[in-house]
Amino acid sequence: MEKLTNKDFSSDQEVRWCPGCGDYAILRAMQKSLPLLNRKKEDFIFISGIGCSSRFPYYMDTYGFHSIHGRAPAFATGMKLANPNLSIWQITGDGDALAIGGNHFIHALRRNIDINILLFNNEIYGLTKGQFSPTSKKGIKTKSNPHGTTDEPFSPSDLSLGAKSSFFARVVDTNPKLMQKIFVEAEAHKGTSLIEIMQNCVIFNDKTFSSITGKDVKKDAQLTLEHGKPILYGATMNKGIILNKFKLETVIIGENGITIDDILVHDAYEQDSTLHAMLARMRPPEFPAALGVIRSVKRSTFDNDMNSQIDHEKKNAKFNNVNELLFSGDTWNV
Amino acid sequence: MQSKIMNNPKVVDLEKVVIKFAGDSGDGMQLTGTQFTDTSALLGNDLATFPDYPAEIRAPQGTVAGVSGFQIHIGSIDINTPGDIADVLVAMNPAALKANKNFIKKGGSIIINIDSFNQRDFEKAGYKQSPLEDNSFEGYNLIEAPITKLTRETLKDSKLDGKSIGRAKNMFALGIVYWMFNRPMQQTESFLKTKFKKSPDLVEANIKVMHAGYNFADTIEALSSSYTVLSAKLPKGTYRNVMGNQAMSWGFLAAAENAKKELFLGSYPITPASDILHELAKHKNLGVKTFQAEDEIAGVCSAIGASFCGSLAITTTSGPGLALKGEGIGLAIMTELPLVVVDVQRGGPSTGLPTKTEQSDLMQALYGRNGESPAVVLASSTPANCFDWAYQASKITLEHNTPVILLSDGYLGNGAEPWKIKSTNDMPKINPNVAREGDDYLPYARDKKILSRKIAIPGTKGLEHRLGGLEKEDITGNVSYDPENHEKMCKIRSEKINRLSNIIPEQKIYGNESGNLLVIGWGGTFGSLYSAVDTLLKDENSVGLCHFNYINPLPRNTKEILSKFNRIVVCELNAGQFANYLRMNFQGFVFEQYNKLQGFPFTSIELESHFKLLLSK
Ligand SMILES: Cc1ncc(C[n+]2csc(CCOP(=O)(O)OP(=O)(O)O)c2C)c(N)n1
Ligand code: SF4
Ligand SMILES: [Mg+2]
Repeated sequence: MEKLTNKDFSSDQEVRWCPGCGDYAILRAMQKSLPLLNRKKEDFIFISGIGCSSRFPYYMDTYGFHSIHGRAPAFATGMKLANPNLSIWQITGDGDALAIGGNHFIHALRRNIDINILLFNNEIYGLTKGQFSPTSKKGIKTKSNPHGTTDEPFSPSDLSLGAKSSFFARVVDTNPKLMQKIFVEAEAHKGTSLIEIMQNCVIFNDKTFSSITGKDVKKDAQLTLEHGKPILYGATMNKGIILNKFKLETVIIGENGITIDDILVHDAYEQDSTLHAMLARMRPPEFPAALGVIRSVKRSTFDNDMNSQIDHEKKNAKFNNVNELLFSGDTWNV
Repeated sequence: MQSKIMNNPKVVDLEKVVIKFAGDSGDGMQLTGTQFTDTSALLGNDLATFPDYPAEIRAPQGTVAGVSGFQIHIGSIDINTPGDIADVLVAMNPAALKANKNFIKKGGSIIINIDSFNQRDFEKAGYKQSPLEDNSFEGYNLIEAPITKLTRETLKDSKLDGKSIGRAKNMFALGIVYWMFNRPMQQTESFLKTKFKKSPDLVEANIKVMHAGYNFADTIEALSSSYTVLSAKLPKGTYRNVMGNQAMSWGFLAAAENAKKELFLGSYPITPASDILHELAKHKNLGVKTFQAEDEIAGVCSAIGASFCGSLAITTTSGPGLALKGEGIGLAIMTELPLVVVDVQRGGPSTGLPTKTEQSDLMQALYGRNGESPAVVLASSTPANCFDWAYQASKITLEHNTPVILLSDGYLGNGAEPWKIKSTNDMPKINPNVAREGDDYLPYARDKKILSRKIAIPGTKGLEHRLGGLEKEDITGNVSYDPENHEKMCKIRSEKINRLSNIIPEQKIYGNESGNLLVIGWGGTFGSLYSAVDTLLKDENSVGLCHFNYINPLPRNTKEILSKFNRIVVCELNAGQFANYLRMNFQGFVFEQYNKLQGFPFTSIELESHFKLLLSK
């Protein structure tokens, strides 16, 4: 197979996001990741809904489809069912996936169709110029709620784990290395791989994630989970997470008799999602925010199940072609 | 198939007969009717059926609202409608009698389950006292059969529980009617053996009860004679009985096979369209992929996704679902991808009359989307030709790369008729318009004649490109906000559909090619319009019938036809949508209207008398 580079995946279209938008970093990380996947260029599809983020497919030199607001999971499902050999990447925003498209989003996760979903969460509607979204922090003032929102936000992790998501990862747009690593893992995972990207919208919701991504705080405000490794963070990796009764707690190794052996070891493969949900819910200032692959469990995929059913039916076929069906059963001759 | 030898000396030949089975929703009348249909079809009768049932699965028992009916018209002559009024009514309870009392021919036979004619059931049906006692059924041949009692008696030694025994009474009624019309019972026997394969007791009980009904009819004196309806003189060929939704499903299967495509259906259940999903879901062995989506929007969008990836993709629904699919269809129009959207229409607006028929989604199909978004619109017109129109819709969408909306309706979808089976080898070829590896591919370059662009399927090396709902630049397909380009693209999308009229056949007229009255119809009303016009033609009236299947574009000779008649009447089961569409397209003609919005098909009689009136003025 030809060796591909990031250039092979850049289309000739001018990129039109605002200068400084977090989307640029994600695009670059994706263009660098695809050559690592050992797949043919013509086997990728980028499918999106509507929003700033959903312009993404135009900038990728692959097959692409910029569809309608909120419905990308449905298009992606049809694509994967029609051709299970394709590598399908869905690009969606927090409004696209969780407001108008909430229904399709949860059903894709529930079915576990083998696609990858990149959720660009900027906690705002970018394209329509700054209205609050289902992930906006309660109370923020936007054009559509100048007195502060009264909407309770929901968290993508709780929603998707509730919908039986088999793969949930999180990353910040300021960490291209981790993005690449996660994209590669997402593609390897069989089933719906959901990646929440905390993405900065410089224009309408600047610094909404600054308590996590800020240069000055990030060492204590982020932790990167790795399966099978103790959950550590901090500038010298001397801080960790323990489970005390039914709650997570932060500890410092060496203080109060805590040793490395007390630290929780991350198990992304555990079917029970309770701990995954608890880890994903952690937020500064009490906790660092969890990044990396939080959950990655084996579960049969919708496309595979459907295709095995079809194969089985074909093997035991009553009719091998349509004519046999048309002339079957009760017929008579005139 | 051989007819059972009868010992009844009085056997009368009938040209045609209308029979209606009516009972409570739980009485199994749909099954009874279907059995009578299948048996009659095998005997070579021409036929048409009309199942009519409440929207509720088990509406309040014994009430008029809960009556489920199945009407069948069989004949040794050409049969085009399920019949206006019944020659024979089977009424399993007083409510069934009440619901149908105006639809029985004077002097016709009424078989009632007398065991259900008690005070309690009279009250449930809204009768103060027995309807049998007030002369209202004088002049009818009333057959009072103790169906419940004799069913129980027949099964007194059966191992079945009381409930299952009670349920078998529809077979008693079926037995009576089989005797009346000299039909053999083997077909139903073998049906029962398959249906209750797992429960031999049920098979035995049902067969026994059917025979008991048959013998009862043979014995009692209430029936002075039995009737036969000889086989119809149909063109040579192999026949089977089909229902509209089934024929539709099979048309898509045939199209996919001939186009060498996989068939993909994205759908969400809705009456009366669900049977297409049910039927196609059975045929995984033919490679069909059916996806029951989370809603209608996901249904159409998954189909568009599958179409992009090379399937023959369809989505099926009824009116409320079509409303939800609007935005998705617009995207398929913008991206110029193949897609067939089937709307099996029902009474609206809103939830409307889910189980009743209507033709009121025409405007929605033509215009129910934002922007200038023309789609090809076709309509099937008999249960059996749903097959042909599904095939034709697929052919057009794959060859022209533009979405097609195919209108059927509840009457067609659930109705049945004999179908001369077509072999897939005898159908027109389908040549999908697809770009191949190595082509110099420009996504929005198009064929000069038919104006269709080529599609390139993911997985094809070197043809990577992006599609989407934003306006496309002509030829390159890049996003474009250029004002002139937008206007040009709007015109291209509309002209592409207009040019189809060069390819589709000319509109035919049945009856006189010119004259006094032109009757116009479209879609599911064909049978009743044809019967009415046929009767008028026999009396040498100057009348022609022009029945449309191509709605957008209209056949190229439409105007010519309109100009050959003095008077035009457009008949449809809505408030005049096609009439308005014709007014818009053909100014200078007067289109009179004949409309009905009652959830039922036209009767031939009402049409006939209206046409006579028009002809006499
Ligand atoms: C049916 C429909 N409703 C509304 C819109 C307008 N609209 C476009 S994008 C959008 C919100 C986008 O927000 P998000 O998904 O968070 O994407 P972002 O722009 O933030 O990347 C809205 C409301 C639309 N395009 N279509
Ligand atoms: S509005 Fe916000 S999300 Fe949209 S491109 Fe600009 S910075 Fe990015
Ligand atoms: Mg957003």
